[in-house]
This record gives sequence, structure tokens and C-alpha cells, in this order.
Amino acid sequence: MSKGILIYAEVTREDYLHTVVFELANKAVDLSRKLDNSPVMALILSKPNLINEYKEALRNNGFDKVFYIADDRFGEYKTDLFAKAAIQAVKEIDPEILLIGATNQGRDLAPRISTALHTGLTADCTDLDIIDNSKLAATRPTFGGQLMAVILSKKYPQMATVRPKVFKPAQEDLKRDTVFIKLGIDLSDYKPCVEILEFVKNSSSEINDIDSAEIIVAGGRGMQSQEGFSLLKRLADKLGGAVAGSRTAVEMGLISPEYQVGQTGKTVTPKLYIACGISGALQHTVGMSSSKTIIAINKDKNAPIFDICDYGFVGDVFEVIPQLIEGLEAKDLS
Amino acid sequence: MKIILCIKQVPDTSDIKWTENNTIQREGLESIINPYDVYAMESSIALKKKYGDVDITALSMGPRQADRMLRKAISVGVDKAVLLSDKKFAGADTYATGKTIAKAISTKFPDYDLIICGQFAVDGDTAQTGPSIASFLDIPQVTYVKEIIKYSDNSVTVVRELDSGAETVKVNLPALICVLKDTFEPSRPLINGVIKAADADIPVYGAEDIGLEPDEAGLKGSPTYVNKAYRAPQKEVECKFLDNCGDLLQVIEKCGGENE
Repeated sequence: MSKGILIYAEVTREDYLHTVVFELANKAVDLSRKLDNSPVMALILSKPNLINEYKEALRNNGFDKVFYIADDRFGEYKTDLFAKAAIQAVKEIDPEILLIGATNQGRDLAPRISTALHTGLTADCTDLDIIDNSKLAATRPTFGGQLMAVILSKKYPQMATVRPKVFKPAQEDLKRDTVFIKLGIDLSDYKPCVEILEFVKNSSSEINDIDSAEIIVAGGRGMQSQEGFSLLKRLADKLGGAVAGSRTAVEMGLISPEYQVGQTGKTVTPKLYIACGISGALQHTVGMSSSKTIIAINKDKNAPIFDICDYGFVGDVFEVIPQLIEGLEAKDLS
Repeated sequence: MKIILCIKQVPDTSDIKWTENNTIQREGLESIINPYDVYAMESSIALKKKYGDVDITALSMGPRQADRMLRKAISVGVDKAVLLSDKKFAGADTYATGKTIAKAISTKFPDYDLIICGQFAVDGDTAQTGPSIASFLDIPQVTYVKEIIKYSDNSVTVVRELDSGAETVKVNLPALICVLKDTFEPSRPLINGVIKAADADIPVYGAEDIGLEPDEAGLKGSPTYVNKAYRAPQKEVECKFLDNCGDLLQVIEKCGGENE
């Protein structure tokens, strides 16, 4: 008999539940049907004064049970504190499957839990399924995203992390008689070894947030330099869009990692994605292939990016992009 | 101050060719040092330059050929290197890899105070091995480190780059940090470094040398296994090629239009 699917309900630094929690819940409801309707559960670590708010947010979202631990120290995520609490909680809940968002926090926390519980963890899954009646089959891209691997765990709980936006949240309320259970976790012997000295929030003014942008102008190795990226910025500004980069562009230091699209970066789904000087390794395309329209500009007509785009332009980005900017400027004047 | 630098040799995933049977063509596939591990290496060398009294040991788990990568690390300023190589290690997932490396560190270099890893390896892309090593050693970890501000006898202060901003964290030593990127220029081989690298004795340790039981290593010691692997499906779209900028501009305006 299945013991249920547990989702780590991540609270962000800004004190809201991460959207990935609801995406995972929707997927978990789907998986639970293949597991004799085993319960879908959440685990939340929260400050005591906010717990009621989170309970309301989790209610009617597919969760049969919500386990919570309230402690004043949970205001800020710290690996050692959260791992200590979550490991004890997961042992107590003893789920069949544990799903965690592949966010900064989730990717930091998940391997601490899986190692402590001596179980398997599959990172950044792009699909989850149940096979052989009860096994979690976690599919993830590997080898630079070019090979898909279906990974199973011999140990329990079977753990996986999933990036935000890979699954969709439920379109309507998933009505449940959600039961709330407070866990008594002993943190009395917790000795902090990490101290957060400062946090500087990103100014979103410089480059738009790529999560919400409707138009993304992205650059890869072919953009070569900072100058190349300033061209992208000018084009994006003209279009009211945001600038993003491939992993190679990030490795070349042309753009900071928070604007990286792809398997080790973000998954984006804008209305229009313009890939400039990006060859189109699967590492990158898994993060953008769900965009509504994809345009690729690349001088190599055999670049794999042309296999997944709607419109292609074979040409030198340093000639094409300035022409596009000029064209848009001319329209502004007329 | 003693730093353990974890580096990995990976296939150059930007240059993968496929056989007719949709398997990866392994012959001729170049091996490179994982790019994030280059940042880890540069960070450790920068600490050595800044603080002087720093001893860096590079540690890698992989095939015998990784010896070359370790010598290169010595040529740019790493003090010594050790390779974990054993047929028994083959097929290790992040759990078994973390256990193997942690075991090697605790048996061979127990007096370390800082372990530096790259945030990701570009072949597996899991970002799990660093935290797994830290878990097995029961030490704190700091991931997504973009800058090391201060390194002292009992703590290290770093800046983490997160989606929502930059977090400055002070962590007690011993600790493990995973480096995302840094601002240093890549080090060039030093003249005496090249000589040192050529002469260096790089020990190779197997499972027995580090006290790892055969069933703890490699595939046997891994809780996960690959059920199947296949070439990633290509999206079925017909690309419409445009040949002048005017058409391209029209498409951009139509598809990204604000007045939809």
C-alpha cells in the first residue's frame, strides 16, 4: 500500500509559497491516480505567524494532508537548519515519493535530505511517471541535454527535483478535505554554523525578469563579447523584452547566471523567443522550446537550433541585429 | 589553511556526435576539465595568492587519463593532486560519488578546512555531488558561490548568487562551497609549475585504499539506476527560412506584437 507523495512546500525569501509547489501538486495528483489514489501531501517549514496564511494557500490545491513545522528560526532559509528539520519530518511522514522544486533552495536542500536518508535523488526532471505499478520513473536530460535518461531508485523515498514551469499548475481548484498536521520536531540541539550577513535584492530595472517577459532576446557563443550583448539589450529594449543567455554565454561571462535559459538555468515560455548566435544544444532548448514562437538567427545553416525554431535567418548576428534595431527605430520615427 | 579542490574530467558536451543507432559516438570525444571546476580551481588559486599560507590539493574521481588534467592543475598553482580511480567506482550516481569522495577526504586528508567544488558538472548537470560530499562529512555547505570575500582560520565569508539577489554568508570551517563563477582571469601555467607538474607524484587510490567496501562503490553502491536512455526527441517543426531583414522584422512584430 502506497504511503503517499510528499511535496516540499518551499517558502521564498519574500514569504510566499513558490509557484513550483502548485505545479508539483498538480502532477502529484496525476501520479497518485496510478498509485491507488495514494495521498498527496505537503511539508512546510514556516514562521509561526505566517502558517495560517500558507495553510489557506495550500488548501484545495490537491493536498490531502499538509504537515507543518512552525519555528521562529524558519524566517530565512539556512541549509543546516532546514535540512535538520526536513530530514526528521520526512522520516516521520515516511512517504513513497518526495518531490522538491529545483530552485536555489530546493537544489541546496534536496541532496542533504537524500544523502541523510540514503536514498536516490534525480535532479531537474522533465517528466515523472509511475511504472511497474509503483515505481517513480524520473526522466531527465543528461550529457548536455542531448540524451534523455529514465532514472529509478532502489531506495525510498524516491526523490526528484523539478524545475519551475516544467509542469503546469492545476487550472481549477483540486478540492480535497485537506487535513493539517503539526509535527513536533526537536531542533533543540541545532547549533548554527552559517550566518547570513547581508542580502541585496536584484534590481530588476537593468534587465527585465526573464520569468515574466513576453519577448526574450537570447544570446549564445556567437554573440562573442559584451558588445554583442549590448546589441541584444538594445534590440530587447526596442521590443519591450528581456535579455537572456545560453550556458556558454554565462560561462563566457557575458551575462549573469540568473538570466540563463536551459537545463541548468531557467525554463521560459514567452510569446516570442529570439535566439541569436545560439547553436541550440539541448541543454539550452529544453529551457525554451515551449515558447510560442521561436526565431533563430545563426550564421551556421546546419545549427541544431534551426530544427526547433519556427523562423530561421542564416546570417551574421552582427549584421542582422543592427539592421533590426535600425528598422525598429525608423518605425518609431514614422 | 588546507583546501581540497574537487575537479572532474568531462566529455566536451558541446561537440557530441551521434552514431547511426542514436548512441553517442565516444571515439574522438574530447575530454575537458568541467568548466565550473575551472572556476573552483581559479578561486582556490586566488585564495593562495591573497593569503599565502594556503595548501591546495586537487582531487578527482575518474579514469586514469584524468592524471593529465591534474598535472595541468599543478602547472597553474595547485600544490598537489590525487586521483580516485578504480573499476569498482564505475557507474556511481551522485550518492555513491559523494560517499567515495567523502571517504577519500576523511581517510587521506582529514585536516582539511575548506572543500571547493564547481556548482555543476556539464555532463550530468545534477549539482548534487558537492552537497552529497558535505552531507557524508557532516559539514556545512554553501552553494551558488560567486565570490569569496574572506577566508580565515575558522570561517569563510562568501557571496551567493541567487535568483532573487545576492546573499552574503559566513560559514564556520570546515565547510564545502560550490562555486558558480568568478571574476578571475584564467591562470596561465607557471614556468616552475610546468616542471613541478611533470615531476609530480600523483597517487591513485582505489576503493580498498580509502576503506570503501565494494558494495558501497559504483553502481552497486548507487541507490539510483538508469532504466533506459534515448536520444532526446527533436521538436517536430518546419523552420521557415527568411532571407531578408525586412521579412524578419515583420515576423518579429507580428509574433511579439503588443496589440494581440
